[in-house]
Formats: sequence, structure tokens, C-alpha cells
Amino acid sequence: MLAGSLIVFPLIAALLVFMAKGKGARNLALGFSILQFALSLVALFQFKHNPASHHLVLNCTWVKTLGINFAVGLDGFAMLMVLLTTFLVPLIIVTSFKNTYDRENIFYGLILLMQMALVGVFMANDGFLFYVFWELALIPIYFICLMWGGENRGKITFKFFVYTLLGSLFMLVGLVYLYNHSISLAGTKSWAIQDLINSGRSLGADQQSIIFWLIFIAFAIKMPIFPFHTWQPDTYVTAPTQGTMLLSGIMAKMGTFGVMKWLLPIVPLGIEKWGGLAIGLSIAGVIYGSCIAIVQKDYKRLIAYSSFAHIGLIGAGILTATAQGLQGAMLQMVAHGINAVGLFLIADILLRHTGTRDIDKLGGIRSMNGNFAVLFLIVMLGAVALPLTNGFPGEFLLINGVFQFSATAAALAGLSVILGAVYMLRSYQAIMLGERKDSNIAFGSLDGSDKAVLIIICAAIIAFGVYPKALTDITEPAVKALMQNLK
Amino acid sequence: MKGFLLISVLGVVAMLAEIFKLKKILLPLVVLGILAAYVLNFMEWEHPFSISYFENMIAFDKVALAFTGVILITTFFWFILSNSTYDGQPHMVDHFALVLFVVTGAIMLTAFTNMTTLFLGIEIMSIPLYVLAASKKNKINSNEAGFKYLIMGSFASAFLLFGIALIYGATGTFDLNEIRAYIASNPGNMPSFFYAGVIMMLIAMCFKVSAAPFHFWAPDVYHGSPTIITALMSTVVKTAAFAAFMRLFMIGFNGINETWTGILVVVIALSLVISNLTAATQTNVKRMLAYSSISHAAFMLMVILANVRSNLSVNAILYYSLAYSIGSITAFGVLNAVTKYGNENFEEFNGLGKRNPLLALCMTVAMLSLAGIPITAGFFAKYFVFTVMMTTSFKWLLILAVLTSAVGVYYYFKVIIAMYFRSSENEEPVKADMSSMMVIVLTAIITLAIGIVPSVVAEMFTV
Repeated sequence: MLAGSLIVFPLIAALLVFMAKGKGARNLALGFSILQFALSLVALFQFKHNPASHHLVLNCTWVKTLGINFAVGLDGFAMLMVLLTTFLVPLIIVTSFKNTYDRENIFYGLILLMQMALVGVFMANDGFLFYVFWELALIPIYFICLMWGGENRGKITFKFFVYTLLGSLFMLVGLVYLYNHSISLAGTKSWAIQDLINSGRSLGADQQSIIFWLIFIAFAIKMPIFPFHTWQPDTYVTAPTQGTMLLSGIMAKMGTFGVMKWLLPIVPLGIEKWGGLAIGLSIAGVIYGSCIAIVQKDYKRLIAYSSFAHIGLIGAGILTATAQGLQGAMLQMVAHGINAVGLFLIADILLRHTGTRDIDKLGGIRSMNGNFAVLFLIVMLGAVALPLTNGFPGEFLLINGVFQFSATAAALAGLSVILGAVYMLRSYQAIMLGERKDSNIAFGSLDGSDKAVLIIICAAIIAFGVYPKALTDITEPAVKALMQNLK
Repeated sequence: MKGFLLISVLGVVAMLAEIFKLKKILLPLVVLGILAAYVLNFMEWEHPFSISYFENMIAFDKVALAFTGVILITTFFWFILSNSTYDGQPHMVDHFALVLFVVTGAIMLTAFTNMTTLFLGIEIMSIPLYVLAASKKNKINSNEAGFKYLIMGSFASAFLLFGIALIYGATGTFDLNEIRAYIASNPGNMPSFFYAGVIMMLIAMCFKVSAAPFHFWAPDVYHGSPTIITALMSTVVKTAAFAAFMRLFMIGFNGINETWTGILVVVIALSLVISNLTAATQTNVKRMLAYSSISHAAFMLMVILANVRSNLSVNAILYYSLAYSIGSITAFGVLNAVTKYGNENFEEFNGLGKRNPLLALCMTVAMLSLAGIPITAGFFAKYFVFTVMMTTSFKWLLILAVLTSAVGVYYYFKVIIAMYFRSSENEEPVKADMSSMMVIVLTAIITLAIGIVPSVVAEMFTV
């Protein structure tokens, strides 16, 4: 019941917001998203209380003859990702308060629709349902980027769409293959996740390799992992700020989450054979993304590349299939989600207050607004994974996990921390410290809504940095169960 | 069967309507008649009076009834949609009569069990279409379309007849079931002209469903004909041609698959590649839809290729034709409304998101469905084809289909991008009359509805 309402509620909310008029849409959307957060807190309470509760799962028939069920449920992974989603969406809505968009009801309706699809992806326990939500998540974000994006949005969003769609079609082929194969084990064709896992495991190494690549490509494009990332920087820069936050804060996690829940258990032999190459690609992406981030002039583009680098490390950690890697990935997914929203908001604030995001033109903002400097500093430190910020425990565990796989890989992955510090600190220095480079640029004081969001984000950064156990408690059993499953 | 008879009577009534001054009430009469035919058709589902009629010339089994249902639903929407084109036109009565004859032929094609009825059905369906294609008699394009269609269509009919004759020569029968029995009882010692006959019929059918490399007529004919007639061709006619294709090859030539699967594989691969690549370069929406229809034909052919004569394949092709027909009705309806203001190029859709948001939304649903994006009907249609194909040895064709589908997204999304992203100099709202608006919205809702609950159609025949 509760599980179903987590998906149905944002859908109804989206439809109501579509019908709202004028400014009402914005407030309505915010109200609904806060209610949704409350709902997920109720789910968390239930989950803590009794993880096996029947309130947390829902299973009803969708297409009977094809073995498709509307099966959703909350395990530790899903719980944390749903919380992340429902926590970030209200913040994302608040960050839009100072931007004016035409046709607001559509804009906010699409955000809520996106939330519905994301929650669905995280909760789905049926392969087909997973695919449907996966694709569904693409449509609202496509329209958000297309209708409210910046320059050249037609071409860029189109590339984004085709890229991700192509990847997911391959995934569909892989899943249908598993589904067809499941008849030999379950006696009937079934889309249930456990049947797909059994079906995948009964295949030989060669077949598993093919399935691995078919499914992995979809996830690799979504995250993105080098060399499937070419859509990402342009899309992140062109999308409206809220679109970018949804893309990097939550949507990128669909890929990493997918690898964890849908790839690792299904093709263990495939991972054994090709995991090394995939980790290599991820780490190549980490270094490549970081190096490009260093030379960027546009702050939003810099964050886009840094986001690509961070996600690469998460991907590498998951693919090692070690307990540390998985746990670290979960922590880092949450941390990166929160930090990415913070950083993209800062990029947006810079643009709104000064008219530019060009690092070379900005400077000395600290002297104009000290509060902003402090908040920016905390978010930035979270992103470079300083101890006692939320980035640290995740990154530490990830590198630890990669180390168990290979010391060389860990050394290379460790570069991400150093390179991350280079581009983050340098850009902070250039933007906030020193002299004003352009006397025409004034900053003024922060708007209330921006300030509120930044303070909440900074609080979360410090809270989860000091006490990561709050998060690991949720995922610990799920990681154990998955490790058990992998043996 | 009763529905079939009712539609033919309705055609005759429509022809006489002018004499009896029934012109004003003709449209409601026809629409009600179609509804009645649908109900009759539906009643036969549970309680058939008899399955085969006229000495086994025609058999309304459940498969035939289901396809007849799809055809009647699309015809129903088509007639309401046509109101905006034909209202007050002098030749409306003749057009209606011709279209009803097309539908009569189409229903015949879903139910034939004898090759003479197949030929009759194809001719009854095609001859009025030649006239309808050329019905904008002042436009050179329309004349060209009609003429081209006539020549190519007759050519295909000649192939069909030649094939039938050869098969008759070998088997001594026109009856599909007897042909199958003949194949089963004479393995390996059938005369070579029997195979030639099968291949000729295959070519003729590929002509009719406009699969590459027999597709050259389709873009010109679709483009030149009046939009409303193009809508008819790409829905009712297409569904009927596929129902016939399936019946002929799954019942009649089921025992000699190795003869025709090789050719069909080439046809499908060519159709997928040529249609999608050419559609991507079109500037005219109608031509784009024409090429895309070739690609949809390839998808439906894949089910026939798989040749699992199971309910799964029937379900797949039935669902596909319904999803495609309904999506096309929406698309052509919007195209019809938009092109009143100018030509049929992509630019005409510029700014439709502002000029008429509801129309743009429905068009978006149709495009998403044709591109095969969940949760629209088009997605499930493609998915069912995938599941059928997965059971065959032609998995590489599936990969090709996936790749070309991604190209498909490109041209369908060109329309969406134009509607929401490009602005037009012309800011005046696009108006569509009540009846077309109703059809467009209703079909868009159906597209979503059968996408969300596919079981209503996809479980017609229990697996």
C-alpha cells in the first residue's frame, strides 16, 4: 500500500499541477513534493521498524499472459535512493523560485512526473516494469531541456535522447532474452527479478558476456561512463538549472543503481570476464573528466565534467563487487546527489547575480557577500571529499573497494581526489577570492530561497559527513544480501 | 459475417443516397451503420452462426473477426475525421460509397480461405482506392498518385494472379487448407512451378504492404493523394493487407517455409534500412509518414517471418496493427488540421505547442507511439514483435530493428521539436473543427490506454 502510494502520489500531483494556473502551480508543486518527502519518511520509519513489512511491497498483475507484474518494493538500496529523490525534488523546486519560466504548470508538472518515474525505477522488482519506468524518466526531462533549455537546445537534447534511448533498447533486448530463457527454470516465462537472476546465472560465460554488454551499455550511457559520455557535458550545460540538477543529482544514479541491482546479480560470469575492462573505462573517465574540468572556463561546464568524474568512481566501485565498493557507492551516490544540486545552484546564483559564469571574469565575491562565500566553501569541500564532509566516507570506501580489485587501479582512482581538489579549489579561489577583476560586476545579497536551500544542503553535507552511519544502517543489510547473492 | 454484409449494403445505400436526397444525414447514417456492424461482429465472437460461408470461400473465424474489429474501429474514426474535408463537398456521397467498398474488400481480406476470394478482396479494395487517390482532380500530384497506384497495383495483381494460376496448376485447388494438405502429403516432390507460384504471390503481397524493394509507389501515392485518403491507406488498407499476408502464409504455405523465409528476411532488412534512412531526410511530413509506414510494415512482417503459428504471433500482429492504425489516425488528423494553413512541411508544425496546445499534445502522443516509447501502445507493439522474434533464429534482424528504431526516433522527434521548440511567424491559433478534434483526442487517449493496459487487446487469443 505504502509502496504503491510512493509512485501514485507524484503522478496524481503532476496531473493536478498540469491543471493549475499561474503562480499557483509552483506552490502546489512544492507542497506536493514536501508531502511526498513526508511519505517517504513514513516509509523509512516502517522500514526501520520492520523491513519485511508488507506495506513496503506491492505486487499485482499487469499483463498476465506475458508474466508482467506491477511489482515494486523497498529494499535498503531502493529506500535510500527514494529518500534521496524525495529529499532533492523539493529543494530543486525551491531553487527555481528566482527564475521565471513561461508555462510554469507544465514545468513543475514535468518535474513531478520525473519524480514518479525515478521512484518507479528505484522500486521496480519486475524487469519489464523497470524498463518502462526507465524509459518514462526520459520523457519529462527531454521536454524540460527542450522547452526551457539554453542555446542550441534542439540539437543537444536530441542527441541526449537518442543516445539514451539506443542504450535502453539494447537493454530491452538483453532483458527479453533473459525473460525468454527463464522458461527453462521457472517453468513459465517470468519477469520477476529473482527469475531473471536465476535465468541469467544458468547461462554460460559467453552468453553472459553478451548479456553483460547489452545491459551495461544502457547503464553506462545513463551514468555516463567513458566513452559513452559525449552527450553529457553539453546537455548539462544547456539544460535549465533544475533540469541539470535532476539529471546529475538523481538521474545519473539510475545507471549506478541499475548496475547494482540489475547487472551484478544477473551475470556474475560476465562481470568476472569483462568487469576489469569496465572498471578500466570508469577510471579512465575519472581521470579524463577531471583533467578536462581543470581547464574549463565556464563554471557550470566545470561542474558537469566533475560530475562525470565522480560518477566514474562510483561505477568503478560497484563493478568491483566488493562490500566496501558497494557500500561506498551508496554513500557516494547520496553525497554526490546533494553536492551536485548545491554546486549547480551556485553556478545558477553566479549567473543570476553577475550575469556570467566565466571564471576569468569573476573574482573577489567574498568581499561582496561573506555568507555566500561560507556556504559555497562548505559545498565545495563536500565535493572534494574533505573528512567530516559527506563526500569523504563514500570516496574512502570506494577507493578501498577498488584497491581490493587492483592496487594500480586504486592509485589511479585516487587521482580523482587530488585532481578534484585542484579544479575545485582553483575555481573557488578564482571566483571568490582575490581582487574584483571586472568592476562592473556587483553581487548583492542572496535571495531567501537560495539561502534556505544552500543552508539545508550544507547541513546535510556536514551531518552525513560526521555521522554516515545514519545512511549505512539503511543499506547495510541490502549490501550483505547482495554479497551473499554474488557468492 | 453479418457485419461484412451490413457494410456492403451500406456502400450501396451511400451510392443511392444522392437520389433519395439523403445527403444531409448520410454521415450519421454511415457512422451508425459502422457501429452496428461492429456490434454484430462482436456478437459473432461468442456465438457464431457459422464459421465458413459460400462453400468454404470465406471463413469468419476468431482471427478474422478480430481483424475486422480493428478495421471497423479505424473506419469509424476515419469517417468522423473526414467530416471536415467532405462537409458540403459535391462529391461527398460518391466518396463515401467508394470508401465503404474499400472497407468491404478489406474485411474480405481478413476472412478469405480461398485464393479467389483473396483476389476478389484485393481488387474490391484497390479499385476504389485508385479513384480516391486521384480524387483531387485539379491537382497534378493527385492525378499522378492515382495513375501510379493504378499501374503499380495492376502490376502486383498480375503477379498475384499468375502465382495463383501456377499454384492451381500444381495442386488443383484454390482452397488454403487443401493447399496445406497438399504440401504436407507431397514432401519434396512438388513441381518447381509450385514454388515459383508461391514466390510470385509473396512478391505481390509485398507490393501490397509496400515493403522494400517493392515500395517505390508508396511515397508518391501517399504524398499525392488527399491527406484524408492517405490516412485511409495507411490504416485500414494496411491492416487488411497484413491480415491477408498472415492468413496466406501461415495457413496456406505453412509447410514450405524454407522457400519464402530467405526472401522475406531480405525484404525485411531492406525495408528497415531504406525506409528509416530515407524518412530521416524528408522535409515533408506526409512523405515522412509514408516512409515510416514501410518501416512499420517491416516490423509486422517480422511476425510473419517468425512463423510460429501460435496465438502469440496473432496477438502481436493484431496489437501492432491496432496501435499503428490508431496512432496514424491521430497523426493524419493533426496533419489535416495543420495543413489547411499551408503545405505539409515540417515548418508548418512550428510553434503548434503555442498555437494549439491540445493538438500538439495529441500529436506528441502519436509520435511517441509510432516511435515506440513506453507507455504508449507503439511500445508494446514493438515489444510483442521482439518477444516473437526472440524465439526464432533471426536474432540479428532484431538488432537491426533496434538500431533502425533509433533512427526512427530522429524523424518522429523532428515533429515534436518543431512543435515546441521552433517558433513560427504565424502566431494565429490553429483551429480544428469539433469532430476532428474529438477523433484526435479520443485516439490519443486510446493510444495511452492500450499502452497502459495492453492486456485488453494483447490477450485476445489466450496463449
